[in-house]
Amino acid sequence: MLDLDSLHSAEELEIRAVVRRVVDERVRPYVRQWYEDGTVPVRELAVEFGKLGLLGMHLTGYGCAGASAVAYGLACLELEAADSGVRSLVSVQGSLAMYALWRFGSEEQKQRWLPGMAAGELIGCFGLTEPDHGSDPGAMRTRAVRDGADWVLTGGKMWITNAPVADVAVIWASTAEGIRGFAVPTDSPGFTAREIRHKLSLRASSTGEIVLDEVRLPGDAVLPEARGLRAPLSCLTEARYGIVWGALGAARDCLHTAIEYATTREQFGRPIAGFQLTQAKLADMAVELQKGYLLALHLGRTADRGALRPEMVSVGKLNNVREALNIARQCRTILGANGISGEYPVMRHANNLESVLTYEGTSEIHQLVIGERLTGLSAFR
Amino acid sequence: MNIVVLVKQVPDSGAERNLRSDDNTVDRESATNVINEMDEYAIEEALRIQEAHGGEVTVLTMGPERAGESIRKALSMGPDKAVHVVDDALHGSDALATSKVLAAALGTVNPDLILCGAESTDGRVQVMPHMLAERMGIAALTGARKLTVDTNGAGGATLTIERQTEEGYEVVTASTPAVVSVWDTINEPRYPSFKGIMAAKKKPVTTLSLADLGIPAAEVGLAGAYSAVVEHAKRPPRQGGTKVVDEGDGGVKLVEFLASEKFV
Ligand SMILES: Cc1cc2nc3c(=O)[nH]c(=O)nc-3n(C[C@H](O)[C@H](O)[C@H](O)COP(=O)(O)OP(=O)(O)OC[C@H]3O[C@@H](n4cnc5c(N)ncnc54)[C@H](O)[C@@H]3O)c2cc1C
Repeated sequence: MLDLDSLHSAEELEIRAVVRRVVDERVRPYVRQWYEDGTVPVRELAVEFGKLGLLGMHLTGYGCAGASAVAYGLACLELEAADSGVRSLVSVQGSLAMYALWRFGSEEQKQRWLPGMAAGELIGCFGLTEPDHGSDPGAMRTRAVRDGADWVLTGGKMWITNAPVADVAVIWASTAEGIRGFAVPTDSPGFTAREIRHKLSLRASSTGEIVLDEVRLPGDAVLPEARGLRAPLSCLTEARYGIVWGALGAARDCLHTAIEYATTREQFGRPIAGFQLTQAKLADMAVELQKGYLLALHLGRTADRGALRPEMVSVGKLNNVREALNIARQCRTILGANGISGEYPVMRHANNLESVLTYEGTSEIHQLVIGERLTGLSAFR
Repeated sequence: MNIVVLVKQVPDSGAERNLRSDDNTVDRESATNVINEMDEYAIEEALRIQEAHGGEVTVLTMGPERAGESIRKALSMGPDKAVHVVDDALHGSDALATSKVLAAALGTVNPDLILCGAESTDGRVQVMPHMLAERMGIAALTGARKLTVDTNGAGGATLTIERQTEEGYEVVTASTPAVVSVWDTINEPRYPSFKGIMAAKKKPVTTLSLADLGIPAAEVGLAGAYSAVVEHAKRPPRQGGTKVVDEGDGGVKLVEFLASEKFV
């Protein structure tokens, strides 16, 4: 409506077109079933996405595509228009696991892991959250202690996307020298990852619980450049940036579905889209969607200038996920009873967005980050 | 092996397509233009041969300025460079004139193998590979659903195709240089990778005019065409279908309908 495409370069639009095509052909026809079954072929999808250059696409070298932040955002949007779970796969692989290795890893660690991860042949996960420490990861209980030249890791991580299928886990642990990160091969003795079942959200995504039972790692498994909580938090800023765009995809898919439905569904002798109340809903949603898009694009262009600050991303994540969830719920009402059916994507998106609202910093935490920025007073640290 | 792939920009066959009211040619201005679908299979085949045997892949397009978009898209799949023949005088060229221009342009690249789609979704004439082969004095292997390349060590190769027919297939061979046209059964074209998309901008595209090729403008375009569309009309809107109301004899009526339309 606002001709937002005119804000993009031809190259950005081409990248978007390719992702859209791959999503249409490889994801959309199957995702409903994946969601219903609570399984997703992570490895096959990763190889498919790897061929495109989708994994770690905004990173440079080591087989990564080196695309712009805006192009990465557009890719997230198209992926999440199919399902937040599929976008999560890509976010965790590229922005969390690969980014951590790329930003904080040694040359040997990068050479060992990144090319395979970019190709989708190796899967990574990122373990920060613990059963008792979510919003406050600084209080984590997982410990890494020196034993001669080795490190020994003990503890557990919870809600870790891709953990059950991963080849390498980036694990954050508390040490005598503060929080440090480790590249942990998942076949290390003492490392186990169990699939978390009975999720009612993000079902087309693999989520696991990791147990670290005296996992012995060589001294060079530690990420040399990562010191303190700032390191994992900077990874989260990367992934959150993708979510700012991704959430819009889920919302767009809901809105398109609702418009299509409202124009064909008749009650009281005419299409329900013809009722003023329905139009008010549709108009408000379209306005929010496009405002969110402008916000995402502003963050993207700012990132490409190298000037993106974490609190800016907090603004984007808070707004766009919150609005996307509102849109999904509103669209649900337009579809009436069909809105709760798996035949339509709306309820699936709405349920998924509940996870997206919580992970990568809950809405409340982002409010607190913005609040701290406004007042200079930290309400939580 | 030096391979040229012919790539044509056509109006998207999935969207509404029109002829121009002034000269009855295809309206390329208002249409959403895409790479002719069959040509993507030719590009894929060229890239696979390059991966196996080395060499260079060049895209050759004749078309207006905006066909440059399709050239970039083709290059984003992986070819090394492109030649774009663009000249206002070419507007309205028929197949004969087009083959003359393409043959001349091919002469500037000297390929061992010329790959193209079996037909384009706008013209659908299927004659281009034959005409090109005739003009260049080389073999044409057309309608391939499979292509095998056996290099002979001296720079050339023996090409074997399975030529798709209504009943099955024929095996046809030729030695390079040759023109091979392919159907969409031959492979599954790759998606352009992000690296490919970003690299495409930097790949060389040579533009050639009619003068560069030494072809007089009078021999091409609408004026020089041996065939032209004289007039055209919109397809009449679809008539409302026949409604069969079941009054106990629905089955009979349906069979009568199918029989009258010669379906049964
Ligand atoms: C599907 C899914 C996938 C995930 N994937 C990963 C992953 O790959 N890696 C990973 O490390 N983690 C992952 N997570 C975990 C996620 O990051 C955490 O769930 C999130 O950080 C919130 O932590 P929590 O669930 O422990 O909630 P809590 O921190 O216990 O919060 C509960 C509630 O209290 C509120 N709250 C907490 N502190 C404050 C405060 N100071 N002021 C006001 N309100 C507050 C929160 O906002 C929230 O509403 C995933 C989660 C889900 C659901």
